[in-house]
Amino acid sequence: MIRHLLSGADPDLATATQILDTAAEMATVAGREVKKLPALRGRTVVNLFYEDSTRTRISFEAAAKRLSADVINFSAKGSSVAKGESLKDTALTLQAMGADAVVVRHPASGAPHRLAHWVDGSVVNAGDGTHEHPTQALLDAYTMRSRLGRLAGLHVAIVGDVLHSRVARSNVLLLSTLGAKVTLVGPPTLIPVDIAAALAPGTLVSYDLDAVLPNVDVVMMLRVQRERMNDSYFPSAREYARRYGLDGPRMRRLPDHAIVMHPGPMNRGMEITPEVADSPRSTIVEQVANGVSVRMAVLYLLLGGNNL
Amino acid sequence: MACPPAAQPSPLPQPSVKVILTSAEVQRVVDRIAHQILEKTQGAADTVLLGIPTRGTPLARRLAARISTFEDIDVPVGVLDITLYRDDLRRHATRAVGPTQLPPGGIDGKRVVLVDDVLFSGRTVRAALDALGDVGRPASVQLAVLVDRGHRQLPIRADYVGKNIPTSLVESVKVTLVETDGVDEVKLYGGANR
Amino acid sequence: MTPYLIKGVSVVGAAPTDLLIRDGVVADAGAGLTAPDATVLDATGLVALPGLVDLHTHLREPGREDAETVESGSRAAALGGYTAVCAMANTSPVADTAGVVEQVWRLGREAGLVDVQPIGAVTVGLAGERLAELGAMADSAAQVRIFSDDGHCVADPKLMRRALEYVKAFDGIIAQHAEEPRLTEGAQMHEGEVSTRLGLIGWPAVAEEAIIARDVLLAEHVGSRLHVCHVSTAGSVEVLRQAKARGVRVTAEVTPHHLLLTDVKAETYDPVYKVNPPLRTASDIAALRAALVEGVIDVVATDHAPHAVEDKECEWAYARPGMLGLETALSIALDVLGPEWDLIAERMSRVPARIAGLDGHGVDPAPGVPANLTLVDPAARRVVEPAELASRSRNTPYARMTLPGRIVATFLRGEPTVLDGKAVK
Repeated sequence: MIRHLLSGADPDLATATQILDTAAEMATVAGREVKKLPALRGRTVVNLFYEDSTRTRISFEAAAKRLSADVINFSAKGSSVAKGESLKDTALTLQAMGADAVVVRHPASGAPHRLAHWVDGSVVNAGDGTHEHPTQALLDAYTMRSRLGRLAGLHVAIVGDVLHSRVARSNVLLLSTLGAKVTLVGPPTLIPVDIAAALAPGTLVSYDLDAVLPNVDVVMMLRVQRERMNDSYFPSAREYARRYGLDGPRMRRLPDHAIVMHPGPMNRGMEITPEVADSPRSTIVEQVANGVSVRMAVLYLLLGGNNL
Repeated sequence: MACPPAAQPSPLPQPSVKVILTSAEVQRVVDRIAHQILEKTQGAADTVLLGIPTRGTPLARRLAARISTFEDIDVPVGVLDITLYRDDLRRHATRAVGPTQLPPGGIDGKRVVLVDDVLFSGRTVRAALDALGDVGRPASVQLAVLVDRGHRQLPIRADYVGKNIPTSLVESVKVTLVETDGVDEVKLYGGANR
Repeated sequence: MTPYLIKGVSVVGAAPTDLLIRDGVVADAGAGLTAPDATVLDATGLVALPGLVDLHTHLREPGREDAETVESGSRAAALGGYTAVCAMANTSPVADTAGVVEQVWRLGREAGLVDVQPIGAVTVGLAGERLAELGAMADSAAQVRIFSDDGHCVADPKLMRRALEYVKAFDGIIAQHAEEPRLTEGAQMHEGEVSTRLGLIGWPAVAEEAIIARDVLLAEHVGSRLHVCHVSTAGSVEVLRQAKARGVRVTAEVTPHHLLLTDVKAETYDPVYKVNPPLRTASDIAALRAALVEGVIDVVATDHAPHAVEDKECEWAYARPGMLGLETALSIALDVLGPEWDLIAERMSRVPARIAGLDGHGVDPAPGVPANLTLVDPAARRVVEPAELASRSRNTPYARMTLPGRIVATFLRGEPTVLDGKAVK
């Protein structure tokens, strides 16, 4: 088993499959009267959040608590972090507290990699800058496998602001390990340079959403911030929605079995219309529930043994 | 493992291997436990068999099959994975979590018979009792094991024992089953030839 | 002043000879010299180079004396074989007045380890809005000739034109940090495959090339001298090659790190590899090396940029850009160019001295020449240990790397600043 989860590329096929299988067992706990397992009793998980992300934080918190770990929430606001304490000093503090795992969300790409040098415990990347968000990719893969029964051979379109998306990077890396094919779709300004060479050979790029939709099993819509138009990535929200938003007519171009995913939070009317978001194809609510199961699996597999 | 021929004694003491139960004996013992369960449970009324992986799972299925043969009763069978309840998780590399499958009727109000291959320290059964409490509320819990090798570390005893094997702590007992290992057998591995 | 007799030294790669240093100059040269009053240095196997001259050094004083001082930086320079360094203007306060450049110049004289030649800021406060008093700095005791807003690009084309024109009055030169600021907003590393993978905002090569292209046209138009700092891309080399072929008065420098390290180093997210301009790709390195040999790039300059620990031991995006360079530059040059002593002397001493107008520097040791020279052991190899560096800072990207060559001694106007590989003071 791996020691940290920093990137969607960290788990190999066997490990990724083990995480998803374990998550399936963890999911049964959610249906029980006693939604708690003793596996991580006496372990301490620190949620170190330098960005506001209530959704991700409570997902990790629920996961850790269902495994009976002690959870310490360390948010940047109102703490010594806000007073200018360096990441390294914070890391040494957490180390002294005996943190077995640090779940870190940070606006700077690579901050979890730095943290992993300074603490003995496991580091879980809960989103770093415009880099990666591996547990999101794992829960997305879990959702695809639950809905479609497999991952190998699936064709997944990831649509929108790939340039600034940590979800997209982690998904491309993990899905390639799991044998799925990925096409990235968006305006050329929002597709980073050399993406296939950078992440996974075989990754395709398209600027034409309508051409891609009939050939995919999964379409994953990324959140697009309206402010990007102020930096000339696209002319207006309206034009973006018209060319790259998923609406009812576009959704009907998908094969019957295809699903629509979104990591949330959504910009309804921007990248996705309410009709699509609330349709039976949409897995958006499932993704949230699956997030807890997948994070339980990750925490268990990182902390459940003596893997040091 | 083949024993060295008597004519060429090895200079080093070889670990001994002793077959405790042969294939036929394993089947006889399973039959006996099935009869005892029928006896002690008034014909397996309101009874559920839960196997503890790995080898408790096929044993539970065999017991249910034998009960069905003897009395034409279908006893529900399930699997109870106890990995997340073990008290020795931190002593090993992370263990893979297996599936827990409760029979469709559940276990609430039922008599649950836990089935495992070897009863030793009792810690596995302790973990199983904890796991059971989190998935439901049985009316009572019993324990069936193929082999009891003694050396209990907890106040736990089995209701059905296929064979009691007196062992020393340096010895180990290995159960193999057709379903998991290709052959039915119980062997005792010793520290050295006695 | 103690005379020194250096025995059996190869002057810039020539056959071994002896050098007698007396009264600040090379008094005599030739085989079998004797001088009973001189301290004899056995220089068998060593190579004598004219003292190295760095066109691009950050000494951090005034303002960040915790990272470097004129004295500690001078010591690092001497240990690296330098006898003169040009101190960049981005101090605090900025070296944009005669007062600040004279202060830096005076501190250099007091340290007495290398000649510290201040560079003046082009614009007030490096803000890129209006010209600093370039003439006053030129007329000061520091006699500033190179002006640069290094760290910032003089992005405004009109301001750049005026600066180029204005310094003609005192034979000045504008050293441009070529970085189109709008194309590099928030940039963290070279824009390419690695930046895409690491999710770090890219610094595209074109942001450098576009400014160099514009500036060579401006320099050509007004007939002025332009110097381009830390050229880092293959595209820049092509722009420079064409400009030089047309006769534009442009010179260019490349740093040791841009000759050796690629953007792949960023994969560690260790900000010791964060630098501006950023580390580029292997094909850029190949083009830069070829340009240096060919002379399209004139000079190796260190861009020695000391930073305090807290400015590097942090998240990549929050770290300051820059690397140490003075104490490792010659080793990197040897590694990259091989024992091409004449080329090394040309790129690291003679040409930079000429560009900076530093009389008495950049001249090969010969009778009558000021004794600014350094002795190199080309056979030695050393492991770079950050804690052993003379700089106050530790941000070397070569930590624990084994590099060829070692500076054995350095002389500044006949006085040893380094002997037996150690600083004399």
